[in-house]
Amino acid sequence: MVTINIDGRTVEVPEDTTILKAADQAGVWIPTMCHSEYFEPYGVCRLCSVEVVRGKRSRIVTACNYPIRNGMTIHTNSERVKWLRKVIMEMLISRWPNVKVVKDLAERLGIEKSRFTSLERDESENACILCGMCVNMCNDVVKANVLGFAHTGIERKVVRPFDEKTDQCIVCGSCAHVCPTGHIKMVLEDYRGKKSEFTLGPKTPIYVPTLQAVPRVPVIDAESCIHFQTGGCENCAKVCEPNAINYKMEDEIVEIDVGQVLITTGFDLFDASPMAQYGYGRLDNVYSSLEFESILNSTGPTGGNIVMKNGKEPRAVGIIHCIGSRDTNHHAYCSRVCCMYALKFAHLVRDRTDAAIYQFYIDMRAFGKGYEEFYNRLLDEGVTMIRGKAAEIVEGAWNENGDPSLKIRCEDTLIGKFREIPVDMVVLCNAMEPRKDSDAIRRLFSISKSPDGFFLERHPKLDPTSTATEGVFIAGCSQGPKDIPDTVAQASSAAARILSLISKGEVEIEPVRAMVQDEYCSGCKICNNMCPYGAIEFIEEKKISHVNEALCKGCGTCVAACPSGAMTGNGFTDEQILAELEGLML
Amino acid sequence: MAFEPRIIGFLCNWCSYTGADLAGVSRIKSAPNVRILRTMCSGRVDPAFILKAFQLGADGVIVMGCHLGDCHYQEGNYKTIRRLPFLKRLVKDFGIDPRRLRLEWVSASEGDKFAKIVNEMTEEIRQLGPLKLTVHREIERAIAQP
Repeated sequence: MVTINIDGRTVEVPEDTTILKAADQAGVWIPTMCHSEYFEPYGVCRLCSVEVVRGKRSRIVTACNYPIRNGMTIHTNSERVKWLRKVIMEMLISRWPNVKVVKDLAERLGIEKSRFTSLERDESENACILCGMCVNMCNDVVKANVLGFAHTGIERKVVRPFDEKTDQCIVCGSCAHVCPTGHIKMVLEDYRGKKSEFTLGPKTPIYVPTLQAVPRVPVIDAESCIHFQTGGCENCAKVCEPNAINYKMEDEIVEIDVGQVLITTGFDLFDASPMAQYGYGRLDNVYSSLEFESILNSTGPTGGNIVMKNGKEPRAVGIIHCIGSRDTNHHAYCSRVCCMYALKFAHLVRDRTDAAIYQFYIDMRAFGKGYEEFYNRLLDEGVTMIRGKAAEIVEGAWNENGDPSLKIRCEDTLIGKFREIPVDMVVLCNAMEPRKDSDAIRRLFSISKSPDGFFLERHPKLDPTSTATEGVFIAGCSQGPKDIPDTVAQASSAAARILSLISKGEVEIEPVRAMVQDEYCSGCKICNNMCPYGAIEFIEEKKISHVNEALCKGCGTCVAACPSGAMTGNGFTDEQILAELEGLML
Repeated sequence: MAFEPRIIGFLCNWCSYTGADLAGVSRIKSAPNVRILRTMCSGRVDPAFILKAFQLGADGVIVMGCHLGDCHYQEGNYKTIRRLPFLKRLVKDFGIDPRRLRLEWVSASEGDKFAKIVNEMTEEIRQLGPLKLTVHREIERAIAQP
């Protein structure tokens, strides 16, 4: 630690701190223009010049990169410094009189007029003031090395290689972020450019997936993170105080011993793009229900405002039910939740916009507690209900003037007429379908699926959470489409079933087990290879096989294979089955 | 009186028996000729049981298990798929038409498939007529165990 004196104030700072940092600690302001905490001091604007006195000698240095030495006396406001700043500032405002940062700084330093006349005078408000922040950012932080200076003197300017569009640029936006004048701008060509599961809009490479995410910690999108493209940046790690950011983290497989498993793998949303008649993915402003949900979300891409791609409020919104459900070409079942969330959508659209709302339904299924009442309330709110599944969505005109909009074609089965309804936005109520990898999960736990593809419960009425496999339970949409109250009820029931087994401390197993009758066993070892669980071991001393009852699951494959009839299965012995056969043939 | 075939069905507990149950619960009509015998796994079906069934007067035998890869016991049905072709060759020697013996995969969700197979099998056996077995003693010897 060394002691120095800045403008009469004494501060103690570590050696080699820059004067700028020491002054900051002492509460002394030094003007800067090219300095940023992101990269190393650059020292080109010279505005941070201060006077350093050591002994009898005094000299002018730049505060941003001059290291502190013991016993320094620093003047940031001496006549000599003021004179120097004035010259620099006057040169700046003579060239860029309308740039806000330059004007503000000049005002703060009390400089009103410039004595100079610049040949390169630029009247624009966001002219490039050649501070070099973007260049430093690109080269030091991002390490993409795209931006650089070309030419010297009054012709100096910031350029990309050969002053052309370049693939080297990773479009990270760091240069635009640090640019103090707004000379560099990011132009978003399409805010739906990046496909994402939950959000529609742009986001930073490090983000919290949703506000409801559990655990609520940020994740890094390696595809757009600067660090994973150039190896540079690491700003998030620098600012993270608990050092929680680890760029080397990778997926790992952890093995945990458990006695019971609850499968709640949920559902996948039906992809409507193969149904070309609805134009999902082809027509603008045709959204899936999950996308529309994220538009409605106050932390979503539009801040909860219901707007179209062009930023305008829709004049009419069409909500189409049963996309992929109750449709023998896709899923024969009813997805159960769509009617009610479609009504919720209508309610929120009515609440937030003046848009007309059309619901295209096959049957309204307001089945739960308070649901029918909500449906009636929606009818009073003035939502137009059209009974009939929409046939097609086409690009059309809003009115005779040819104002572009979408058009929904459908048959209104209540009035028996074909209708064409102009709307600006369409929301598709996609079906819930089994997860794409549910078959792999199913095989892992040896459980079955029902004809719709969801996991099969042991009994549809009396045992809706357990499965054919002991200790494996299912809940939520992995078992079938259901809404939140039903999911909570089923999951709680499954959790209670699991806890009851845990508190009991022991598990009752089926008594069906294989057993070796020692006196008949010839020690041929055929059964040893039959068992998929490795439950049969060969006892060398006795030269016979033995069944480990804890491992045996009772399938009986070994019993059928035993050539000497030594293996029997409790509950399914040869005698029992043969007696059953005889009984059947009576 | 018209000939009504008697068919014995060995059904595995987890897939086919549940599938047959589903056919019933779903009120799918199927021929009543198949008499079902439940085993824990199709791998438990000892070839001797099938021969015994024929000997006791069954006109046909059908073994049903989980689809390959879906076995509740991981690979019991692979054992079955290895045993049954041998047995089909064997029953020919006893003068039994191998069409009277069938192996099918029916999952717990395939109630309709169960009904379809049962109807098909019953019809086929009806065409073949009753099984007239002359080699009782030989079968007895084949299935005899020490």
